[in-house]
Amino acid sequence: MRILIVEDDPMLLDGLSAGLGLAGFTVDAVATCEDGFAALQAHSYGAVVLDLMLPDGSGLDVLAFLRQRKDATPVVLLTARDQVEDRIAGLDAGADDYVGKPFDLDELAARVRAAARRGAGHASGVLTWRGVTLDPARQTVAIEGKPVPLTRREFGILRTLMERPGATVSKALLEETLYGWQEEVESNTVEVHIHNLRAKLGKGFIKTVRGLGYRMAEENA
Amino acid sequence: MTSIRSRLLTILIASTGVVWLFAVGWIYLSTQAEVEHVLDARLTEAARMVNSLLAERRIELAALADDDELPVTEFQIKDPSYERQLSCQIWSLDGRLVGRSEHAPGDRLTKAGSGFSESVVDGETWRVYAIDNPTLGVRVMVGDSMRVRDRLVDDVVKGLAIPAALILPFMAAVIWVSVRRGMSPLDRMAESLSSRPATDLRPLPDDRLPDEIVPAIHALNGLFRRVENVREREKSFTAFAAHELKTPLAGLKTQAQVALASKDGELRENALRQIAAGVDRTSRLVRQLLDLAAVEATDRTLEMQAASPLEIVRQVASDLPSRGQRVRIEGDVDGAARFDPMLLTLAVRNLLENALTHSDAPVLVSARKAVGAAEIVIEDEGPGIPDDELPRATDRFFRGRAKSASGSGLGLAIAKEAVTRMGGTLTLTNREPRGLAATLSIPAVE
Repeated sequence: MRILIVEDDPMLLDGLSAGLGLAGFTVDAVATCEDGFAALQAHSYGAVVLDLMLPDGSGLDVLAFLRQRKDATPVVLLTARDQVEDRIAGLDAGADDYVGKPFDLDELAARVRAAARRGAGHASGVLTWRGVTLDPARQTVAIEGKPVPLTRREFGILRTLMERPGATVSKALLEETLYGWQEEVESNTVEVHIHNLRAKLGKGFIKTVRGLGYRMAEENA
Repeated sequence: MTSIRSRLLTILIASTGVVWLFAVGWIYLSTQAEVEHVLDARLTEAARMVNSLLAERRIELAALADDDELPVTEFQIKDPSYERQLSCQIWSLDGRLVGRSEHAPGDRLTKAGSGFSESVVDGETWRVYAIDNPTLGVRVMVGDSMRVRDRLVDDVVKGLAIPAALILPFMAAVIWVSVRRGMSPLDRMAESLSSRPATDLRPLPDDRLPDEIVPAIHALNGLFRRVENVREREKSFTAFAAHELKTPLAGLKTQAQVALASKDGELRENALRQIAAGVDRTSRLVRQLLDLAAVEATDRTLEMQAASPLEIVRQVASDLPSRGQRVRIEGDVDGAARFDPMLLTLAVRNLLENALTHSDAPVLVSARKAVGAAEIVIEDEGPGIPDDELPRATDRFFRGRAKSASGSGLGLAIAKEAVTRMGGTLTLTNREPRGLAATLSIPAVE
């Protein structure tokens, strides 16, 4: 899942990028409100981790910008001001969750996952489809309980597809969720990952919708 | 006596009592004189009347004949109000009582000659007026009892003293109640203040209060406002400090967790480097927070002394981690300025650190004399401060758009506060083509 982090402290931003990257997210990192606006206009994210005190304004401005555009992207606020009234103000402004500094990296990752899950309409964290289970927290996939080893990119594609069962997901969107700004997108790479997934999960598990993209197959063709 | 109430009460009652006593004494004396005057005139009148009655023979004195057997003539003197008290005796010049009024004593009223005299007859003091009638060979004596006179004066004085004695306690009560009422706003004020929690610094209401108390209330409210301001400052400082410390702590913890979780050597190494730099930065932040608290400590008295500010600059430069290798010092204003060494040290250190952080070129520190002040100018060749951010640059925790990783937003705030407390100014200007000039202006020796 591709997420955006808006945090002005360079050391914390660097740590969050690395840490949430390790937790399986594709991370875009910016340090100002202005860059945050630009990023949110250019891409759609699975979740946003947002610091409140930014040099050119408040994180709440970014949140308001997002919600004014009827964008329901889950937002986890990050701030040192963790008084009750600050939490209330943040949540009332449309945030999905609130984490006070300093926090535990694993807890933050779990909260981002939970916010993204609720945003996607899933009650449980574990996704299942025709005997295949995908656990975003542990980053594991199993068929009938037997673990299947997947690479990070393969996992990301499968997760994006399983989060939208029955819907067709475009190749462009799959690329978006896989690559941050710094990463060069290789052509054909999505096709390669889909090929590998079919080899590991069964040929008819992911269906190609010609000209549109991919979706989870209802039954083996 | 510290109680206004008892003092007022005592003063009011004592002065009222003294005034009354004085009035009673005055009236006693003047009434006495007046009564004496009036009654003496009446005695004279009565004596003359009896004398003229004798001369006209309207009172026949049978006993005037030289015959001892004849009885003493008794007659009446008509005086409606003092009928009984006035007594008259008529004595022959050879010493026989020849006539007297009813109720007059039998003994001779006075042994003195004609005119006024006082004598004691039957244990009573009498005031007597005597007049001689040589034609008839008699002396007429008219007298009245002093007891009557005293009673007259007593009546007048009692008429004053008794109401006074009755009214004084009543007045005391009225004074007590009204003083109490006058003081009750103070009681209410004390009550409302004593029941307040320490955090309640709302102003006291000043309506419906006596004019004498209003200034005290206003002074108290003014104090409340100042205390409130100081407290707000401290509260915002603490909140800001907590916020500014939590962010680097969050960064340290996150980097530590990344280092623990990462199997990638390069990633782990980067995280550890970040932690090392983060600790340096955080300890500088803590030092600056303490510096700011020291600069703002209002309970410390300044030790202003006339000395060389450049000596302070040299000391600060040599204490820097770089030993001041990039610092060039020019000019001389020895002893021309008055400053507090600790405050100037803090100001110069923070400005020098800023200059060295933002510029790799040498930093120039120059000193010069100005009108009424000595100026220390610290010039770097860094990026300067965007013009729109210059006015806010000395605000606490303000970090501009182009902020560095190591900045805390406190350095300029400390420098400004320090120099302001010494009565000087800090001016920031951008240099052409690049760089920042920070001018510390401190008061010159007069």
